[in-house]
Amino acid sequence: MTDNIEKKLINVKYKTADTTHLVLNQEICKVCEDKVCLTVCPANVYKKHVSGENPNSEDKNNDTIDCIDVEYENCLECGACRVACPYGAIDWKYPAAGCGAIYKFS
Amino acid sequence: MEKRQFNIDAIVVGAGPAGISAALTIKRGGKNVVVLERAANFGSKNMFGGAVYLNSIKSILPNSYMDAPYERFIANHTYSFLSKSGSVDIKSSDFDDKTTATVIRPKFDAWLAGEAKKEGVFIAPKTLVKKLIYKNGAVIGVKTEQEKYYAPVVILADGVNSLLARDIGLRHEFFPNDMVLSVKETLKLDKGIIEERFNLTKDGNDGAMYEFFGGLTDIYENPYTENGSNIGKNKPQKPVTPFAISFLYTFKDTISIGLGVSLEDLSRYKIKPYEILEKLKNHSSIKRLIKDAEPCEYSAHLIPEYGYKGLGKIYANGVMVAGDAAGLINSAHFEGTNFAIESGRLAGETAVIALNLENTRYNILKIYEKKLKESFILKDMASYKNVVSALYSRKNSILNYYPEKMSEFFNLIHHVDNKPKKQKFRYFIWEFFTKRSFVEIFRDFKTFLKLFLDIIF
Repeated sequence: MTDNIEKKLINVKYKTADTTHLVLNQEICKVCEDKVCLTVCPANVYKKHVSGENPNSEDKNNDTIDCIDVEYENCLECGACRVACPYGAIDWKYPAAGCGAIYKFS
Repeated sequence: MEKRQFNIDAIVVGAGPAGISAALTIKRGGKNVVVLERAANFGSKNMFGGAVYLNSIKSILPNSYMDAPYERFIANHTYSFLSKSGSVDIKSSDFDDKTTATVIRPKFDAWLAGEAKKEGVFIAPKTLVKKLIYKNGAVIGVKTEQEKYYAPVVILADGVNSLLARDIGLRHEFFPNDMVLSVKETLKLDKGIIEERFNLTKDGNDGAMYEFFGGLTDIYENPYTENGSNIGKNKPQKPVTPFAISFLYTFKDTISIGLGVSLEDLSRYKIKPYEILEKLKNHSSIKRLIKDAEPCEYSAHLIPEYGYKGLGKIYANGVMVAGDAAGLINSAHFEGTNFAIESGRLAGETAVIALNLENTRYNILKIYEKKLKESFILKDMASYKNVVSALYSRKNSILNYYPEKMSEFFNLIHHVDNKPKKQKFRYFIWEFFTKRSFVEIFRDFKTFLKLFLDIIF
């Protein structure tokens, strides 16, 4: 059941924008203990940053240990994360015109 | 009013049912109107359970409303109370009653936009409004990614998240208890199988819809650590009841299965919306309904659940808000598109009045609020103002206790086990009143009575 979201997202058509429309205030994320975004998002956009995954990052001092990775490409533009984040740490905008999820049947 | 700076009479943001209805009304009032839509294809950002109301569409398109791309007309409506392993259903059927029809939003919204274009409404798709232009305390236009549009009146029909209404302070920031998150899956299923499985006329266009209560059992609070692994190994996990109502709709050769779940509960219990959806799909009663159906799309959308008491300002100098953007829905009856169409129409009428008076300031635009108060929109919202919070407060009764008791009652009749019936009935009644405290039953009774009186009087 943990991978069922991947199967669901395969069925969604997207036109991916070049840049992210979701910007987190990572300074808040680092100290946030709730991290509601990890579970509330219906598209599993937010993931806990795995240290050392990005070879360019300087992870030696655990600077990014509690950061959140944002897979904005999967966003369904529902807005749940923005409302659920107790610290208002998500700068939530719509993707550029014509980009993002393209529903065919909904 | 500095009339010369305006090149258009009215701007509508959003080409959904509210926006199109507003634009048609303005155009018919002899004014020029531009609709700006962020999607490249109409309806491709929209999602709902599945059905629209024909009387509502007729109210803005009396001649062509029957030409809309309806999938199926609802003939069977089932209220299904799910117990752990089965259900008790209340089904009403009327095969002549063609008042509610399922539609696929990208097809339906494109049709709606097409009808508006035929009457001379200019619609620009793939146009994202970034900001409202504000001058001397009034909205005088919008700024898109590329250019600026100026008009004496702007109607915001930009959906539930309406960032624009928030930006100019028409409403407060939302809290989780203002919102319900709906997740849904569309599944492909052979037309013949749909008709057979849901008792529909073969090769006809009648359809079925279900509302499900309960059945979402074995959901546990906070089952994840931050890296997604289960932590329930050492301490016992607490089962929770997220406040969720589920639905199923039939289309020509697809069905939709989904639910709306309180964002408050999702956040508090830290449960994943798609895992609740999987729970629903794996319930023994639902499994049978969606058997062999192939998932073809997954979608999610917020529903503005704050209701009458949470409504923000719906007008200000040069601007009005309609549809989901204004929070106008009646979730208890799954009504939203009709509220959008009617509020759009009333905002459009108000815009025409204001433009004719050459005054689009708040003292004229407040006619919109007056019209909403006189229509079913604010009347229904006022009488239903306590429904969601009351049902939420009794969610364990509605979603667990009574569905389970209903199923037990029918089992009691069906299970023949050589015990005298009198003894079984007595035991059932005894248990009904003793298994939970009297206080709970009293609270249920009080809540339902109060709601009933609220709505009737």
